Amino acid sequence: MPDQLLYAIEAGLNGLMAGVLYALVALGFVLIFKASGIFNYAQGVLALFAALTLVGFQNGQIPFAHLLNAIFGTDLHEFGWHLPAIVAIVLAGGVMVLLAIVIERYVLKHLVNQAPIILFMATIGMAYFLEGLGDIMWGADIKKLDVGLPQGINETIDSVTYNAFGYGFFIDNLDIVASVVAAALVISLTIFSQYSKQGRALRAVADDHQAALSVGISLRFIWVLVWSIAGFVALVAGIMWGSKSGVQFSLSLIALKALPVLMLGGFTSIPGAIVGGLIIGMGEKLFEFFVGPMIGGATENWFAYVLALLFLVFRPQGLFGEKIIERV
Amino acid sequence: MKKTLTAIALAMAAATPAMAELVVPNLSYRTGPYAPGGIPYADGFNDYFTLLNERDGGIGGEKVANPECETAYNTEKGVECYEATKGSGALVYNPLSTGITYQLIPKVTADGIPLYTPGYGRTSAANGKVFSNVFNYPANYWDGASVAITHLLSENGGDLSGKKIALVYHNSAYGKEPIRTLQELSKKHGFELVEIPVDHPGQEQKSQWLQIRRDKPDYVLMWGWGVMNAVAIQEAANIRYPMENFIGVWWSGSENDVLPVGDGANGYKSLAMHGTGMDYPVYADLKQYVYDAGKASGAGDQVGSVLYSRGMYAALVISEAIRKAQELAGTSAVNAAQVRDGFEALEITQDRMTELGLPNFGQAFASSCEDHGGPGNAMIQQWDAAAKKWNLITDFIAPDDEVLTPLVMEDSAAYAAENNIAERCN
Repeated sequence: MPDQLLYAIEAGLNGLMAGVLYALVALGFVLIFKASGIFNYAQGVLALFAALTLVGFQNGQIPFAHLLNAIFGTDLHEFGWHLPAIVAIVLAGGVMVLLAIVIERYVLKHLVNQAPIILFMATIGMAYFLEGLGDIMWGADIKKLDVGLPQGINETIDSVTYNAFGYGFFIDNLDIVASVVAAALVISLTIFSQYSKQGRALRAVADDHQAALSVGISLRFIWVLVWSIAGFVALVAGIMWGSKSGVQFSLSLIALKALPVLMLGGFTSIPGAIVGGLIIGMGEKLFEFFVGPMIGGATENWFAYVLALLFLVFRPQGLFGEKIIERV
Repeated sequence: MKKTLTAIALAMAAATPAMAELVVPNLSYRTGPYAPGGIPYADGFNDYFTLLNERDGGIGGEKVANPECETAYNTEKGVECYEATKGSGALVYNPLSTGITYQLIPKVTADGIPLYTPGYGRTSAANGKVFSNVFNYPANYWDGASVAITHLLSENGGDLSGKKIALVYHNSAYGKEPIRTLQELSKKHGFELVEIPVDHPGQEQKSQWLQIRRDKPDYVLMWGWGVMNAVAIQEAANIRYPMENFIGVWWSGSENDVLPVGDGANGYKSLAMHGTGMDYPVYADLKQYVYDAGKASGAGDQVGSVLYSRGMYAALVISEAIRKAQELAGTSAVNAAQVRDGFEALEITQDRMTELGLPNFGQAFASSCEDHGGPGNAMIQQWDAAAKKWNLITDFIAPDDEVLTPLVMEDSAAYAAENNIAERCN
């Protein structure tokens, strides 16, 4: 095979893997939008907050230590323990459930039956609040996240492709793990959404808050449930992205990578998030490979949006989104 | 209620920097994606002035105030901070952002306030004939690019012909700064330059490092900031790029950039325009007058780090410029114009660095009307992942002024022509 073709295949495969990581973030948006009709602006910050909490627990960091030291003149920093990753993940998951309860209790409960734009604005407020809270709780320094996930080139793929084509493909072990985790998440969430009682209740709430209430569905429970699940998905996304770059504020910006995925895949489809992620990931990497060198590179950020917009021209609801017809 | 409000207003007025004689605003960023770099720098900057206030009673008997203004490394906010603080009697600005610097250059020039941008900002501001109010000594980006190439020349017996060098850069005004210099140096030394941009914030760099894996450059230089640095070093480790052939600018050489990568970062190199760590006598005073007295800036957990040291170094140079201004003006209560004169007449010798408790921490330099850029020397440091520390592996290396001086002259002349600036110092 010609070298250029091999390189293009490698870029495409890596794009697919990157797309899975984008999809992990997009999934959180889809879950909340599907269940409550809210576009959750705070989803990226949830991932940051979850990852900060995870690292904080793992390293035995005392939350709000800087604040306490400043107020009381103490010298608190760490508890002195180092928790196993799985324990820290469970505890961080617990914090995300608590956060979901707090969000429902103090924000969403007061906004039942409000227009979507009001709920959207509330999530913007939450995003800024959580950013600040994360900073005050855990500090703004970059933290190394190590939950035992493998990283670096996959030797098997490298050697197999080298023997077959004379060029070893680079595929990151972390990306492979992310793909497996994302697949498992999508399958389980799809089953939950389609076949469980709570899943059907989620969809009913999404269609009409008041109608759902009138048939006995507890809106408050459903919102806590869906925000908890979205929090868990944010934790998974935070682990994957945090393992790549350390845990710091930029993690919240990964939401920007999820937006074109949502536009393309549709805001209401869990499989759509995955397919959208794959198309965006592969599209941007191949565009960067073929066209990037001709126009100075760094095309990925804007090309993802161009690609999503192109799809929108032909399918405004996204590939898998629901076509909403409003009769006046 | 009225009484309470009046009391609060009076208390706030009393807390404002108006009480201090010397106001040096700290345009810092403690929030946002670049906060991990902004926090230690701001802490080092503040702590040094606190030391002067607590130990010496300020500079020349005048206390120094450092009102902080949060820019979040955002150019618009940086300009807002400048406008909001310049009326407080601000003597000098040091915004730690090339983007903000570009916007402030015409403003400070019009307002007569000096702008100090050590190791960042507009490189050609080194030409004092055109940039009357900007000072970027002891080194600038182009010096850094040249020093990196000089280091590589020394590693290759003085010959880089036929070598391929990739520049991975933050796709911003900052990241693009060294390109012109490296292009000229590639012509002079015969190496091939490959330019690889990374968009803000740099969280995803797979394409760039796949390209590096395919192209197999002999060396990779990096002009990064924030999360881009750690991700690049991680990706380099992932593709097994030899770390000793990977050199970052001084803004890509802090603990923040290598610690998240763990053992994979071992051997990574970066430029260094000053020393780091706490093996300097000044830290004994800092401990006594600042840390132990509970007056440390921020959380007090950044002491001795690379960027803390850099913030402290910036404060040291500013304080010396103020001292010089006081000497020239014959008064301790100097104004911004006098501090500008102090910057222009500043000379820092090794003896003076020793007196200040930082022997061999930075290079000696002298400013003049024509030269606002200093000698531009830099060292190379290498990360030891096991010991979690940077080790200096070279002495100060001089840049190639034969290439740089014409570039500085050309760029500053273009700026002067665009802005109708008549050359000074004639």
